[in-house]
Amino acid sequence: MKITRAEVEHVAKLARLALQESELDALTGQMDAILDYVEKLKELDTDGIVPTSHAVPMENAFREDAVKDSIGVDKALSNAPESGDGCFRVPRVIE
Amino acid sequence: MGSSKYEVVIGLEVHVQLTTQTKIFCGCSTRFGSAPNSQTCPVCLGLPGALPVLNRKVVEYAIRTGLATHCAIAPRSVFARKNYFYPDLPKGYQISQFELPICEHGHLEIETEDGGPKTIGITRIHMEEDAGKLLHGEGPEAGSSSFVDLNRACTPLLEIVSEPDMRSSDEAIAYLKKLHQIVMYLGVCDGNLEEGSFRCDANVSIRPWGQKEFGTRAELKNINSFRFIKQAIDYEVERQADILDDGGKVVQETRLFDSVTGMTRSMRGKEEAHDYRYFPDPDLVPLVVSPEWVEQVRQELPELPEAKVARFIREFGIPRYDAEVLSADRAMAEYYDATVARHGNGKLCANWVMGEVQRRLNEDGVAISDSPVTPELLAALLGRIDDNTISGKIAKTVFEEMWRSGDAPDKIIEEKGLKQVTDTGAIEQIIDEVIAANLDQVEEYRGGKDKVFGFFVGQVMKASKGKANPAAVNEMLKKKLQG
Repeated sequence: MKITRAEVEHVAKLARLALQESELDALTGQMDAILDYVEKLKELDTDGIVPTSHAVPMENAFREDAVKDSIGVDKALSNAPESGDGCFRVPRVIE
Repeated sequence: MGSSKYEVVIGLEVHVQLTTQTKIFCGCSTRFGSAPNSQTCPVCLGLPGALPVLNRKVVEYAIRTGLATHCAIAPRSVFARKNYFYPDLPKGYQISQFELPICEHGHLEIETEDGGPKTIGITRIHMEEDAGKLLHGEGPEAGSSSFVDLNRACTPLLEIVSEPDMRSSDEAIAYLKKLHQIVMYLGVCDGNLEEGSFRCDANVSIRPWGQKEFGTRAELKNINSFRFIKQAIDYEVERQADILDDGGKVVQETRLFDSVTGMTRSMRGKEEAHDYRYFPDPDLVPLVVSPEWVEQVRQELPELPEAKVARFIREFGIPRYDAEVLSADRAMAEYYDATVARHGNGKLCANWVMGEVQRRLNEDGVAISDSPVTPELLAALLGRIDDNTISGKIAKTVFEEMWRSGDAPDKIIEEKGLKQVTDTGAIEQIIDEVIAANLDQVEEYRGGKDKVFGFFVGQVMKASKGKANPAAVNEMLKKKLQG
């Protein structure tokens, strides 16, 4: 096994996923299979090859430092499940 | 207490907010103090499908800062996602740099308590976006809510990470002040600590003297003044020393500084904070910085504080102390430079800029760039001391008037009749009158009481309304009194 059930639980917790026991079993198996596949890729000789961080061979996409209109508070908050005082409203995060 | 048994080890992470007009990945304004969420768009709100595009100026400022701190500028660097959940982080990740930051291997020189120079290593400088702001406890139902303002989200930051090279809170402050001065000189940061433009996290650990391995460190957060940073570090050192003295172990954790109690306290509830699962951000293509670009930025670097201090000492012949005071702030240094360029006497100009000018600026809370007395006007005033039109004392009166009216010194001297009396006949007449009115004191002086001489000088200057040339007064008084 490349990955343990405890590690899957840990990653799920980081991703704020509440998984059922059965899902944990299934995902552990699937992730193990993925890691097996990556292990196979490791067999390739990649000496002297720069790690590929992007699929498109492109670099330096810039914008100039010029202000553009923002969308406005109403629009910004239009998808918010809760809002108040022009802000997104969330469960209190400090005591 | 017991910290003297241990060596203190400090490394600092400074977040510098850049002075660009717009955010790092979108065109929203970075202006401080606007209505909540009024400076937002799909990119900085983290809406699905929005595409971040890098602000070229942010890269330029990063290169500038890297060069000024003797860093190597990476020819290729990559943005990465730092994943964690917090309500002030709309995307669920912060765009930062991880494996390939734009600057590495720099250093700064500081002065230590014993006056010697010390080099503090800079591990790396990387670009990243800021998070939004959380507001707590407003309104009637606020008890169970926090409010999120995303105006600050996506504001460009440089994170400047030092090596764990500092050995006392004083060294840490010296490093921070140096760095603060440099980013302000470079014009990349407004340096406002209260508004959070220059923020510091301190990694603090202690170890028994002679031990090679570092002790377990605590990360201190939330400190927004130099004084508080020193307080927080000193408190933390004592806390850790007490733990070790009692045979305990320091726990690696993040601690918040409370400026009211002067203490640090453990920050609970951010479990797994170290598991950020960084990976290259597919939305942002790699950044390639050519040697030509680096060279261009290098050419445009302003003269930095250390170089200014050296030049002021060398060219204007002023003491190191003066040179350092005058170079502390770039605008002040430029004001002084411009004054000397027109007047020539480095020491006299230094005295006036550090003295009268600085005093008036402080009194009125005015920035030197807005001084009503410009370098041109100040140099003109000092020129009138040189050519004996006025004495140094009257010059202060003229300066006051210049400050109030913004007028040129010659106009004020003329209108107020402040021109110095160098006419020996006129001075002689005043002296005769003063002597005639104070015969007792004349006797005292002639009886050997030299101190009375000062009294006579004072009386003559007073009678002339300060306009008599002091050198002439001294000379003639001496003659007359000796009879």
